[in-house]
Amino acid sequence: MLTLRGVRVEFGSTPALRGVDLKFERDRTTVLVGPSGCGKSTILRVLLGLATPSAGEATFDGAPVRRETIGAFRRRSGYVIQEGGLFPHLSARGNVTLLARHLRLAPDRIARRTDELCELTRFPEDALHRFPGELSGGQRQRVALMRALFLDPDVLLLDEPLAALDPLVRAELQDDLRAIFRARKKTVVLVTHDLSEAAFFGDRIVLLRDGAIVQSGTVRDLLDRPAEPFVSNFVRAQRRPLGGEA
Amino acid sequence: MSVFAIVLLAVAADVQVGSKKFTESVILGEIAAQVVRSEGVAATHRRELGGTRIVFEALRSGEIDAYVEYTGTLRAEIYAGKDARDDAALRMRLEEDGLVATRPLGFENTYALGLLADEAERLGVRRVSDLVAHPDLAFGFTNEFLDRGDGWPGLRARYALPQKNVRGLDHDLAYRALLSGDVLVTDLYTTDAEIREYALRTLEDDLRYFPAYEAIVLRRADLDPRAAAALERLEGTIGAEAMIAMNARAKVDGVPEARVASDFLRLSLGLETGAAEDSLAARLLARTLEHLALVGIALAASVAVGVPLGVLGSLRPALGAALLGVAGVVQTIPSLALLVLLIPLLGIGAMPAIAALFLYGLLPIVRGTLSGLWGIPRDLRDSARALGLEAGARLRLVEMPLASPSILAGVRTAAVISVGTATLGALIGAGGYGQPILTGIRLARTSLLVEGAVPAAALALAVERGLALLERRLVSRGLRLSSQGV
Repeated sequence: MLTLRGVRVEFGSTPALRGVDLKFERDRTTVLVGPSGCGKSTILRVLLGLATPSAGEATFDGAPVRRETIGAFRRRSGYVIQEGGLFPHLSARGNVTLLARHLRLAPDRIARRTDELCELTRFPEDALHRFPGELSGGQRQRVALMRALFLDPDVLLLDEPLAALDPLVRAELQDDLRAIFRARKKTVVLVTHDLSEAAFFGDRIVLLRDGAIVQSGTVRDLLDRPAEPFVSNFVRAQRRPLGGEA
Repeated sequence: MSVFAIVLLAVAADVQVGSKKFTESVILGEIAAQVVRSEGVAATHRRELGGTRIVFEALRSGEIDAYVEYTGTLRAEIYAGKDARDDAALRMRLEEDGLVATRPLGFENTYALGLLADEAERLGVRRVSDLVAHPDLAFGFTNEFLDRGDGWPGLRARYALPQKNVRGLDHDLAYRALLSGDVLVTDLYTTDAEIREYALRTLEDDLRYFPAYEAIVLRRADLDPRAAAALERLEGTIGAEAMIAMNARAKVDGVPEARVASDFLRLSLGLETGAAEDSLAARLLARTLEHLALVGIALAASVAVGVPLGVLGSLRPALGAALLGVAGVVQTIPSLALLVLLIPLLGIGAMPAIAALFLYGLLPIVRGTLSGLWGIPRDLRDSARALGLEAGARLRLVEMPLASPSILAGVRTAAVISVGTATLGALIGAGGYGQPILTGIRLARTSLLVEGAVPAAALALAVERGLALLERRLVSRGLRLSSQGV
């Protein structure tokens, strides 16, 4: 569904991706994990045409991601970022329906789809008139998810969507998200720095460091067959709070 | 907008009579306008347009149709260095500029020596030559008169005046010095209101030293013949005594120039021009409309140009920086200088004033737009792009609404600057609240100053308040929430 071939990205003179090859299978959930600055968010940005590779290319459903084609790809994807990226001047409903209204979809169709999504994401309908500033962090992420899902995209690109939430809300949203991914047959790429979250969602986990892939496989592969000492260190560091190291 | 345009057009269709910014010129402009109206031709008096240069150029370019000038000024100032010595030569020069002069109105306004009438009686002086017999008299002259070659040095040589006690004084102080007896003789203009107020006698220039400054009406050659005929009725009707009396009524007694003029026309020409003075309310309304037209048109243009420029600048940071630089430089040009710089391009009146206000309004609006757009967090820009909105839709649906508080803050700043600066427009004939302020300064009358300054301040407050209300309507409530740090 999505591929990266030899993609290099530089920010100024600093390389963010050093020649990455990746394939994201249709209807599967892939989790990109790694320490901050490893380039995992940049991969999503390349797929959406928000960052331009200096070498290599990304493809979307077999077609290269280019300036001329990016508009169509973007409408077939949903993108959610850490703080939701909601537009503060629009109400929750305004955010969710912005693109649909711009594309002049029929109002009753928009209303029906909004109801559906409220149910799916368990967002209270009577809060739709509120502005992002009047919503809780968890509610904001649900609105961002509704906005991403509105046109029923094939692909969901989620950049640390739960990182800013407190643990209880986060656990609840994790369950809801996984249910949605499974029920809806989406190609999902999720970025997180949290290995347990990666294990929870991922059919496949890709571990990155310094703009390059260190290992790719199931969580079992990472635990049992680490490709290099960094993988074990990363796993150990993540498990420590659970008391595994004591 | 269309109301303003209609107002401007209506004004432009009348015969336009101009005047310079001193009382005598304003009275004469009023007389000329009223006498034209008495022939059934619509006429507007555009008072206090500026100095000689500005008013003459306005006449030559056709922005005004007539005004009262002095022959000496034409020779010494306008046609200096050209042959305009005798009347025929002067007429030729005027003809080349498409202008015609009436015959003299009847008085001269030139330099003269004057002293208290009582003193003159006591000393027995009537003519400048009589002063030769009194070598000990103290003279106090304005500094300009003292230094000019055609002032005191030439006068002393022509009449062989022996006086040694000669001091330089400020014009207003000279009258007080006369009253206190510190000086006995001073220079003055032959139609000064003070001549009547202080009971002065002007000495006859018996050796014809001072050049003739005969008052005439200058008009365009293509003026409506009925208006031209009306202006000719003024020839030879205004003597020096009458002019001095009129100056004194306006300047000392505080009678409005329009009434001084209509009284003169009734008494001397038997014309009932009925130029009753406008009521305060009518004046205020007219000034307010003029002021609003200046500010409204200029501000609308600043917004129409400044916001798109700001948007372009936000896309090209180099262009944005350049725009801020240029607009910043324009802002530093003093308003008066900018107005005068614009006169050769746009003439006098509302146009250059609007252009100047427009230029001043650009900087805050461009800056507000730029900083509003530049201040949008990358997350939000990316979200809008990732959503699949095209550039135009992103701008319209996301970026401009997010930048709107900053843009409107810029508009507010521009509006308040504009209301204040527009008062200077009166200096070049644009009208507005600056007009009574200007007249108040000329006549040293506080009530007139207040009549301009108070409404100007009130309008600035009202505009500020109105735009704040507009901001509440235009800016999403959601943005006010986030600015409170929710």
